[in-house]
Amino acid sequence: MTATTARPSLTAKASNYLDERTSMSTLVATLGRKVFPDHWSFMLGEIILYSFVAILLSGTFLTFFFEPSMTEVFYDGSYAPLKGLAMSAAYASALDISFDIRGGLLMRQLHHWSALLFIAAIGLHMLRVFFTGAFRKPREINWVVGFILFILALAEGFTGYSLPDDLLSGNGLAIINGMVKGIPIVGTWISYLLFGGVFPGDDIVPRLFVLHIMLLPALVIAFIGIHLVLMVINKHTQFAGPGKTNDNVVGAPIMPLFAAKAGSFFFIVFGALVAIASTFTILPLWEYGPYDPSPVSAGTQPDWYIGFADGALRLMPGWESEILGWTVSWNILIPIAVLGLFIVLAMVYPFIEQWITGDKREHHIAERPRNNPTRTAIGAAGVWFYAIMWAAASSDLIATHFRLNVFHVTYALQAMLIVGTVIVYWLTKRIAIGLQKKDREILLHGYESGRIVRRPGGEFVEVHQPLDEYEAWKLKAYESYAPVMVRPNAKGKITPATHLRAALTRWFFEDRVSPVTPRELEVAKQHDDH
Amino acid sequence: MSAEDQSAPSEQSIVAYDRGAAIEQSDGFSNPGLPPHRPRQTDLHPAKERRAERQVVAWFLLSMLGSVLAIVAYIAVPIEPGNMGSVRANNLFLGLAIALALLGVGIGGMHWARQLMSSHEVVEERHLSRGSEKSRARAVEIFELGDQESGFSRRTLIRNTLIGAVAIMPLPAIVLFRDLAPAADAVDSIAHTMWTEGERLALDPTGTPIRADDVTIGSAFHVIPESLKDLGHDEGYLDQKALAAVLLMRLPVDRLKEAPGREGWSYDGIVAYSKICTHVGCPVALYEQQTHHLLCPCHQSTFDVTEHAKVVFGPAKRPLPQLPITVDAEGYLIAQRDFTEPIGPSFWERLNHIDPDHVPVSAAETETRA
Repeated sequence: MTATTARPSLTAKASNYLDERTSMSTLVATLGRKVFPDHWSFMLGEIILYSFVAILLSGTFLTFFFEPSMTEVFYDGSYAPLKGLAMSAAYASALDISFDIRGGLLMRQLHHWSALLFIAAIGLHMLRVFFTGAFRKPREINWVVGFILFILALAEGFTGYSLPDDLLSGNGLAIINGMVKGIPIVGTWISYLLFGGVFPGDDIVPRLFVLHIMLLPALVIAFIGIHLVLMVINKHTQFAGPGKTNDNVVGAPIMPLFAAKAGSFFFIVFGALVAIASTFTILPLWEYGPYDPSPVSAGTQPDWYIGFADGALRLMPGWESEILGWTVSWNILIPIAVLGLFIVLAMVYPFIEQWITGDKREHHIAERPRNNPTRTAIGAAGVWFYAIMWAAASSDLIATHFRLNVFHVTYALQAMLIVGTVIVYWLTKRIAIGLQKKDREILLHGYESGRIVRRPGGEFVEVHQPLDEYEAWKLKAYESYAPVMVRPNAKGKITPATHLRAALTRWFFEDRVSPVTPRELEVAKQHDDH
Repeated sequence: MSAEDQSAPSEQSIVAYDRGAAIEQSDGFSNPGLPPHRPRQTDLHPAKERRAERQVVAWFLLSMLGSVLAIVAYIAVPIEPGNMGSVRANNLFLGLAIALALLGVGIGGMHWARQLMSSHEVVEERHLSRGSEKSRARAVEIFELGDQESGFSRRTLIRNTLIGAVAIMPLPAIVLFRDLAPAADAVDSIAHTMWTEGERLALDPTGTPIRADDVTIGSAFHVIPESLKDLGHDEGYLDQKALAAVLLMRLPVDRLKEAPGREGWSYDGIVAYSKICTHVGCPVALYEQQTHHLLCPCHQSTFDVTEHAKVVFGPAKRPLPQLPITVDAEGYLIAQRDFTEPIGPSFWERLNHIDPDHVPVSAAETETRA
């Protein structure tokens, strides 16, 4: 440090004061030079955190002016087209925030844009973690924690969307009401209690407000805390590269480089969000008018992150049964069950994969997606499945934009949901294996240099250039798995679980491409030298 | 110096975890180690270093300017009541100035970090995530001591009654939430609507009664019960509207295929159906004059008005409930009675509230799909 003079500096005195009361130096000593690896995709998690800060700050501003009440008022603000109209205090105050409070519209738009970025970044971050296998031991628990955060973020998004009590948000609630009523036995009563009586009632906005600004944010903050602490304990994964092993972390130390980059990045994300909020309108709620159960506009859309749930409802055929005098709404229950299953499967995927591989070791090297073709294919199929449900939420707009029949668009999406998912799985697996083969080829025979040489015999050949050892290492260093044999356990028995595991490992690893061995490389070299 | 190495010798004994299906690569390649450090332009040329320094300072100065401009914009670009252009200008200038203040710090800081701070990579050793053997042994010992000293495993009756007590404790929470909604029965509250015998059909939202003569062929009216307008918002106006909203259409009489028993429910080609979708309850607001189809904009359930609003497409299963109508002495359209079945999305107890006078559209018909 720079403190070379005998008299302690102010910083030194302040640090000493703090340390004598808090033992801060221990924390600095353990974490100060902690290393974070560098890769652009590791930035996605940071975006989540920083947009969340923007959400908290802009949201706090909004609570100073928003009135979460469904009491009837007659609008008397400066937006002329709605003047004198009966509406809820919530909608009136949302209009006041937009039109009568300086910076109010900016904060409302910042809040909405930050929320969208928050959820978008969560989605991309989860995909990064999934496709690189960064959820493997010891990070399975953190994957689940992250998944809970994803669900909380959706809940935050939905509760926030419902607060302004405009026509769009009211319609969203009407759909929720209908879905809840479709739940067997208790559905009617849950809806009744949720809305404080008959839909829409006078209670739903203040109730959702409390969830939106207190309970859910508290949970989000708690789970972000757990997520980050576990990340510090497990240390970040890194991609394979020269000098990088499963036993080390190579990158920037927190003090100063990582802290400077991360801190600056926070301001960049925040600044970009404010720039977007000041130039792009989002949710012009004055155009929709107050909630009324009777009108609805064509092309009604939920916010995009709820789209997959709405799309699932649209793709379901109209099935309903009357069993022993009770009504069972399959057209609601099946979409809910499919979405639930999809989410639960994604959440427990790390445990399933570990059971199949039986690999109990810790993994800190982020895999390249091509080196685990089956997992990558499962992920791609999941993305496709999600994307089709998401697209289905706009089936009517697809139909009007491309001048198609909305019935045909729905049938096509139904087919794409089921058949397409299988095709995408198969195609992705083939592509991943193809890329592995290409890597092998480059390793064994070098890359095409573009230099054409004429041999003494008159033959033209392109010179293949070998990779340097650092580039080569990225292609060589990956783990490989093979199907396991069915073997009796300690008691000499072969259980159905053993058979199942063996079958699953065959599915996962049968058509694998094994990594290049030094011997193969040697042989290839000799062959090329001729 | 190429890289700072923070590796400390591991205290942990190496735990051999099962590798499962992973293949042992005993003859694997050896890691070539970190590539040589590549200096940046700013490391090599003092002039470039000074330039980077000036750039960082410039960004920080821009940020200060942005903060000042934001205050200026707040005051200089006020919102004038009723002037939408001023709202837009306030939003734009205030936002851009704040964005400049934030981006100035962000970009300047990033430039500083990337160009001027040490770029040497640091290596830190990982350890297994599990605690050291010593702390694991101590943890086990502590739990055993805790168990011994409290008698948790030994005094099973104490333990089990405690678990039972804590397990039952949350139960009051279930009853605590009953008063989220009024004391009335949930199902009764949604089983009926405001429509009664003689209630006039009125325009939404003005409440003007509708004369049968005014309903021309091909037109569609958004309808509420006439007495709804007397209800204040705090008296359940929206709640009742959400139940009673109706669509009224007049079709050429020969286009209507009326089911036996429902002939008397329409008046001279005028039919009235609940506007609330039987799928999840969106208003079925789009009427296609040529095909006489009603389309729900939320999930595209499509109903055929010529055949008692049976479902021809989409996730809805049941036809829209029909409101039996007629005219009074003055020629105004009136309801004959309430709907004969609950309106809106299906619910578990729905069948208990179907009126004995209800005339179902035959099941076979509802199965046909376009």
